Amino acid sequence: MATSPFLPTESYARWRKMKSAAVTAVLVVCAIAVIAPLFLVIYFLLANGSSSIDWNFFTQLPKPTGELGGGMANAIVGTLTLLAMAAIVGVPIGVLGGIYLAEYGSDRANDWLRFAADVLNGVPSIVWGMVVYLMLVVPFKTFSAYAGGVALGLMMVPLVMRTTEEVLVLVPQSYREAALALGVARWKVIMVIVVRTALKGIATGVIVALARIAGETAPLLFTALGNSFWNHNLKEPIAALPLQIFAYAISPYDDWHRQAWAGALVLMVLILALNVTVRILSRDRNQSP
Amino acid sequence: MATPPATTAAPAKSDAVRTASTPAQVPVAALPVQADEVAFDIRNFSLWYGQRQALMDVTIRIPAKRVTAIIGPSGCGKSTFLRALNRMHELTPGTRLEGSLQHFGKDLYGPGIEAVAIRRRVGMVFQKSNPFPTMSIAENVLVGLRLNGIRDKTVLQDRLEQSLRMAALWDEVKDVLGRPGTSLSGGQQQRLCIARSLAVQPETLLMDEPCSALDPIATAKIEELIQSLRASYTVVIVTHNMQQAARCSDRTAFFYMGKLIEFGDTRNIFTNPGNPQTEAYVSGRFG
Amino acid sequence: MSPSSSPERPLPETSSKVPDIAFKWVAAAAAAMIVVLIVLVGWELYHGSRMSLSKFGFGFLWSSQWDPVQDKYGALPFIFGTLVSSLLALLIAVPLGVATALFLTELAPQRLRQPVVMAIEMLAAVPSVIFGLWGIFVMIPWLRDDLFLWLKRYFGLLPLFQGPIYGVSMLAAGIVIAIMILPIITSISREILRSVPNLQREAAYALGATRWEVLKIAVLSYARRGLFGAAVLGLGRALGETMAVTMVIGNRPQISASLFAPGYTLASVIANEFTEATSDLYQNSLFELGLVLMGVAILVNIAAQIMLKSMTGSGPIKVH
Repeated sequence: MATSPFLPTESYARWRKMKSAAVTAVLVVCAIAVIAPLFLVIYFLLANGSSSIDWNFFTQLPKPTGELGGGMANAIVGTLTLLAMAAIVGVPIGVLGGIYLAEYGSDRANDWLRFAADVLNGVPSIVWGMVVYLMLVVPFKTFSAYAGGVALGLMMVPLVMRTTEEVLVLVPQSYREAALALGVARWKVIMVIVVRTALKGIATGVIVALARIAGETAPLLFTALGNSFWNHNLKEPIAALPLQIFAYAISPYDDWHRQAWAGALVLMVLILALNVTVRILSRDRNQSP
Repeated sequence: MATPPATTAAPAKSDAVRTASTPAQVPVAALPVQADEVAFDIRNFSLWYGQRQALMDVTIRIPAKRVTAIIGPSGCGKSTFLRALNRMHELTPGTRLEGSLQHFGKDLYGPGIEAVAIRRRVGMVFQKSNPFPTMSIAENVLVGLRLNGIRDKTVLQDRLEQSLRMAALWDEVKDVLGRPGTSLSGGQQQRLCIARSLAVQPETLLMDEPCSALDPIATAKIEELIQSLRASYTVVIVTHNMQQAARCSDRTAFFYMGKLIEFGDTRNIFTNPGNPQTEAYVSGRFG
Repeated sequence: MSPSSSPERPLPETSSKVPDIAFKWVAAAAAAMIVVLIVLVGWELYHGSRMSLSKFGFGFLWSSQWDPVQDKYGALPFIFGTLVSSLLALLIAVPLGVATALFLTELAPQRLRQPVVMAIEMLAAVPSVIFGLWGIFVMIPWLRDDLFLWLKRYFGLLPLFQGPIYGVSMLAAGIVIAIMILPIITSISREILRSVPNLQREAAYALGATRWEVLKIAVLSYARRGLFGAAVLGLGRALGETMAVTMVIGNRPQISASLFAPGYTLASVIANEFTEATSDLYQNSLFELGLVLMGVAILVNIAAQIMLKSMTGSGPIKVH
């Protein structure tokens, strides 16, 4: 570009201004284009999903192929069960690991562990499904709710660990010192004083992680597998909303497509509810000291 | 309080003015004071942060049931010294120390001695009040006992009232014990922190500039409180405020550049210091 | 005023170090799980694909035959599909994401920023399978009946836009992936742009530069490397996208120059065929595809981390 600020002619200045205005317009259009899909997805979820949501949807099992009606009760319960199991696996490991990073680890070890956590975060979710398949499905010779829960739980670990570390580091050193000066053992200081002070932040991190895995489908394909009936034994396959949505979406039946939309709407509402909880929690946290 | 073994040191020396090996070493006549019980008997104590030496060859005997003030310009090592008395400096990685430190005849750094156990006997109050934000006033006072395994309701109840009374806070908070500790004013918070330290019944209380963040009225209350604590506790207080040292301490130690320059009766230190550096400092010519 | 008598001291004079040490080790073990998991993932995938590794060797990577009937397997169509769909996604998402980040940091009035940022965060929260559903029933029909016809009419001379139009296609996959990686590219670009010192902008304005010139000479040139890192991180995400891609790419293991033609990716062939893999060799080959996918994704991720770290100095960029 021939920028010659020393010889500004009238027309050249106008040309520069016009170019700048054009770029501004382009940026605005791009920003609109980026958020447009969100509204398109939400619009179609509401348009196609809400009409199919009725009492049956929440209370009934899926109907066999060809029969109309039925619901996703088992898949909704299944997703909640899987989330609970994932939390049981992922939260203790993640929180304790975060405690190690924040309270004990040396700077150098921490750098490597954080790096490893970020790398682990980048492992494609389908790969988790395969790995847990080898770990838990092959040895026990059956797909199971356990396997699904573990796959989701392991995915939570790096996320929970990083956020736990971040909020623990924010707890002022003076609280640790005050508790230590009372002659309290260090592990109690950490668990009762430090963790309790940062509890809201840790909870926020856990919910963020749950929101992220709630819609995961790929890791469940060969672990939880899916189930058209109620799961009465966690050693057996279990249904999950994302699995059901996937199965129905690629099916050839209109009635199933309709239910897929309804399931997607319910799943989206669940995830948004988790995100709203996070917003409320973190707003409180910012207000109180 | 457990009776400590009598120290074998000569009583006349126990409270004598000590001078470090500064060039201007001036021998000062021992003062006619009574032979106090010794709380901290510290000999040839040096401390390093990594390569940097923060304390050099400090030898001092801090008397029991007295208020001892530690003064000196910023960076002179006074806070470091205080934190070494209940091993809080161990939280800073890379510290190393030499010398002998005894608290009522027991080695602070002996083999098998736990920092946790030491800190139960030597409590600490910090510069900035730091009540635990998730806990009520009562929980704050009792947290040290609870976390050390005391569950007995009557003991806890007694100790709560007793500690708050000693900290001169009972009358102000007795009706709002369930409120968060952080809801109190700055001065009340600091007294709450003192009550919290007293609840575990230490023998000694260390105070690291406890009034530096407070207004004059709150400061006066704390100073009054310090006076009343003297009856049952050994108090060591670090302060940058010389008037405060003069007002509320019995003994004063002056630190400069990591060395103990002078230690003696507070009145003497302020009116008739034995060392020119002390004189320069207390008369406000540096620091 | 105070009871001056000291009552009996109930606290123990000594304390055991054992719980403290035990707690530290438990925490350390939890932190070490991160490393254990990385090793575990790699080892399990390797273990699962031993048979196909020994049978096909490196030939697996460039054989384009995928024939379960004859038990012959090659990864090329899937590697091709993964790379092409991811690069298409980057081609769409990087300019849009960086532009949006520029809009947010340099242009948008304060009260507009928060809602836009929130919308982008919500976009990131939409699960892959919902994008897939939307893709099948909303996007694909529109692509088939409008956009693709338009592209064919005006750019049909290019081999990219030739051939029959099914709707499900490589380009559809690229678009869906682009939507899904836009949030991360935008938010990281935004962090990067915000780290550009204001001094840079002011210096440029002081020279009489227009807004665009400021963006170009002061902001973009300064942030170039970090923005590249953001793009690479987006690539890492794109490579592993599974569900939405599976639902719109057409799932046909072929290598075609046309973006209208169906394709297949590493992740989607695993998703579709893993539970139907009848022979051991078939399943082993799928594991090997997983191994390839994970290897590439991790390498790309590490590269991105390093780039972003060197850009921002010490401060780690939040990646979620």
